[in-house]
Amino acid sequence: MKFSLSWLKSHLDTDADIHAVSDCLNRIGLEVEGIENPAEKLSAFRIAKVLSAAPHPQADKLQVLSVDAGSGPMQVVCGAPNARAGLVGVFGMPGAVVPANGMVLKVAAIRGVESNGMMCSVAELELGDDHDGIIELPADAPVGQVYADWAGLDDPVIEVSVTPNRQDCMGVRGIARDLAAAGLGTLKPLEVPSITPAFACPTEIRTDDAEGCPAFYGRVIKGVRNGASPDWMQARLKFAGQRPISALVDITNYVMLDHGRPSHAYDLAKLTGAVFARRAQDGETVTALNGKDYVLNAEMTVIADEAGVHDIAGIMGGEHSGCSETTTDMLLEVAYFTPERIAKTGQALALTSDARSRFERGVDPAFLDDAVEIITRLVLDICGGEASDIVRAGQPPVDRKTLAYDTSRCATLGGIDVPAEQQKAILESLGFEVAADWTVTVPTWRRDIDGPADLVEEVVRIVGLDNIVSVPLPRADGVAKPTATAQQGIERKVRRAAAARGLNEAINWSFLPEKEAAAFGGGTWSLANPISEDMKVMRPSLLPGLLSATRRNMDRGASSVRLFEIGRRYLSDSERLTAGIVLAGDKSQRSWASGKAAKFDAYDAKAEVIALLAAAGVATDGLMVMGEAGDHYHPGQSATLRMGPKNILAAFGALHPATAKAFDLDGTVIAAEIFLDAIPAKKGAGFMRPAYSPPALQAVTRDFAFLVPEQLAAGDLVRAVKGCDKDNIVAVRLFDRFAGQGVPEGQVSLAIEVTLQPDEKSYTDEDLKAISDRVVAAAAKQGASLRG
Amino acid sequence: MLLRTHTSPVQIRTMTSQEPPIRIIAPGRVYRSDSDATHTPMFHQVEGLVIDKGIHLGHLKWTLETFLRAYFENDDVTLRLRPSYFPFTEPSVEVDVGFSWVKGKRVLGGTENWMELLGSGMVHPKVLRNCGIDPDVYSGFAFGVGVDRLAMLKYGMDDLRAFFDGDNRWLQHYGFNALDVPTLSGGVGA
Repeated sequence: MKFSLSWLKSHLDTDADIHAVSDCLNRIGLEVEGIENPAEKLSAFRIAKVLSAAPHPQADKLQVLSVDAGSGPMQVVCGAPNARAGLVGVFGMPGAVVPANGMVLKVAAIRGVESNGMMCSVAELELGDDHDGIIELPADAPVGQVYADWAGLDDPVIEVSVTPNRQDCMGVRGIARDLAAAGLGTLKPLEVPSITPAFACPTEIRTDDAEGCPAFYGRVIKGVRNGASPDWMQARLKFAGQRPISALVDITNYVMLDHGRPSHAYDLAKLTGAVFARRAQDGETVTALNGKDYVLNAEMTVIADEAGVHDIAGIMGGEHSGCSETTTDMLLEVAYFTPERIAKTGQALALTSDARSRFERGVDPAFLDDAVEIITRLVLDICGGEASDIVRAGQPPVDRKTLAYDTSRCATLGGIDVPAEQQKAILESLGFEVAADWTVTVPTWRRDIDGPADLVEEVVRIVGLDNIVSVPLPRADGVAKPTATAQQGIERKVRRAAAARGLNEAINWSFLPEKEAAAFGGGTWSLANPISEDMKVMRPSLLPGLLSATRRNMDRGASSVRLFEIGRRYLSDSERLTAGIVLAGDKSQRSWASGKAAKFDAYDAKAEVIALLAAAGVATDGLMVMGEAGDHYHPGQSATLRMGPKNILAAFGALHPATAKAFDLDGTVIAAEIFLDAIPAKKGAGFMRPAYSPPALQAVTRDFAFLVPEQLAAGDLVRAVKGCDKDNIVAVRLFDRFAGQGVPEGQVSLAIEVTLQPDEKSYTDEDLKAISDRVVAAAAKQGASLRG
Repeated sequence: MLLRTHTSPVQIRTMTSQEPPIRIIAPGRVYRSDSDATHTPMFHQVEGLVIDKGIHLGHLKWTLETFLRAYFENDDVTLRLRPSYFPFTEPSVEVDVGFSWVKGKRVLGGTENWMELLGSGMVHPKVLRNCGIDPDVYSGFAFGVGVDRLAMLKYGMDDLRAFFDGDNRWLQHYGFNALDVPTLSGGVGA
């Protein structure tokens, strides 16, 4: 909503200046988006009279004028065809800035003749579109006066952002009512004219769609002259950002802005027979005032006559029956349309309009008669003619809501203790009726009010939220419990551990280009409206985003990239919380102690994965290393870690060279994915521990060397040995791997260190022999034989 | 299927599954069809919800003030509450934070200029009722704020897109020591 201060003051009796108005609007919930005074940028432009005009000696299309702007004759070169002696216009002095183009006027020679400023066109001063000639003012306009002052442009314009619940403030009067309630002045009484009908309405008006159009009021006005609307109305429309069109159209627009009440004026000559609201037929079309054709359906309400559709009800009039300069007889439509219907129709047609934005929020259902009379008065005053009686088809829904209100709610919900009398005064100034028992009747224009909380809001916003005092939240009873879920706990631990291990946390887009998603198993979910093709498909993997980030870093000259991300992957049936890791470039820099720079390899990925799983609380010793990491990994340098054969906790390894190439990454790129939601949630023990006393006896270690088939995973051997005697074996560790001389083809030698913890007594030789036998037997089951 | 445009569904899920009193904080990724230096199609929001007996706007104001002063590590943070409209709160309150310009940068504190920071309000009685909570017994407040936006303000960042670029140098500059966990004894940046 845009309106000028003087317009506001036509409804509000106040001495407040623009800043006081603006502050008050902000305070009561009508947010001011901007204040602009059109006079400010015109302060250097004065009314001037052309004393004489002579041809320019060097140019046919230019004239040399002598201009008096109040301080004696000045020489000005002018190219306007209408420049002539005796013309009174608007003159920009040297130093003035032309609003339309920002040009600073200077004393300059134009084709060899000195020019001391400029006679301006309407377009140059941004007062209209006409740029064919300079402004012509009445001959008696006071020479020397600042033009904007004389023209009444010194009227600041406020732009207010009206929230969707406040239809009543989509008209200047509603805003004035709110300001009056807030103590900024007094709302002037609304003077509704009463027009004596000159004849009976000759047009039948009815509503055949009581659901979409419960009420259709109208009257015919004959003998009008539809010229330009008066200057004051044009000025207000321009303040509001509207282009004046013709008096009849401007009047309906003006009343819409003034009272939040849209209406429509039809050219009676273009109508055939009765005019009525009805449902559209499927496939029916209408050409709207914007020149576009719309295809309607039976869910939409229209205004039609016996020949066809004329108006998309409550949204936009039709081109055919709109008023033009030749209109002499008009039909005025003031209807009430059901907001939900208007919203749906507008959405279906993708058609917005000022009328729609008001009707779909719900206009005042009790303001039909008054609107008809106000509009008629303006038409008769401006365009002449005489009016018929008013035809009232249907009934607007004016049932008034009543609410039981407890004034203490203001303190218990709003946080401000406002005396009941003051609450009553505030509500009454907003148009509510308050009975002695605090039954509150809601004004017809406040469709948004339907409970005590709404009344609290009204009181609190008018009293001012500044008056709310901060009150500490009461402490909750009892001991604070953890708020994070088990999975959030895991996520947090993994994040901290990864960062502590020197990885940088990146946050990548949830969406990928189609091609990248396809390379990682394909994305099921495509955006209907992607911002760009690069952000089209919900990611099935975290790796593409990390790889792209890696490439960007490499392109910027990074020598080493270690990134991780924790986020969701989007699969056909679920979203899965996942940690992704990418390591690329140098693992360590060249150094005096270690020599050349080292590169990352698949074992680095494994180390990260094991460390992070351990941080998440997984007993990593018990995990199985298996294949099938996925096609984007190098088939020979990748693996999965599983808890049992089916539950894959992580995949890791070197990236497949083709995948690396697809992301323009050179050299070995290491990647890992930890499927955080596959980690079984354990109930944490917190800080609780069982009592413990360290064993009295020292642990013993024994080494074993086995010949095993080449393809046996060392981890399987270690796990088998570890599980063969849980009472005694506390740790098993691989410390040597050898193939070559002395080891048969197809086999390798694996050496493990087994740590034994005696309980009460030291081991005897027999004990050790028995344990040793169990170790060898367990290893044998994996295909291992003890080396001699 | 719609990508969530805000984190409010968490509030509803909590209210339908838990009995009051409720005090939650819900951060998460959200999506909107926007893209420029200060808007990205994906960003982060955090929402707070408190439902208990006797909760009013004063509690909301205190909670936001306390949070923002702690977060910005600045006791001078001043809030201005403005009436507004959100469909799920009544009364609805838009919260502005005071700032001043220092060498072309916004510095929080004071009441010289105001900028919109977050939306909040008292949970609408209909929302409570639909979640099985009696609005005549319980009331509560809710607020939501952009996490990335808060960070931009705190650190004087002007381009939101950098958050999602994964630039090593940026990550290392703004990244925290993994062992820095806010504590009561050490404060936000312990």
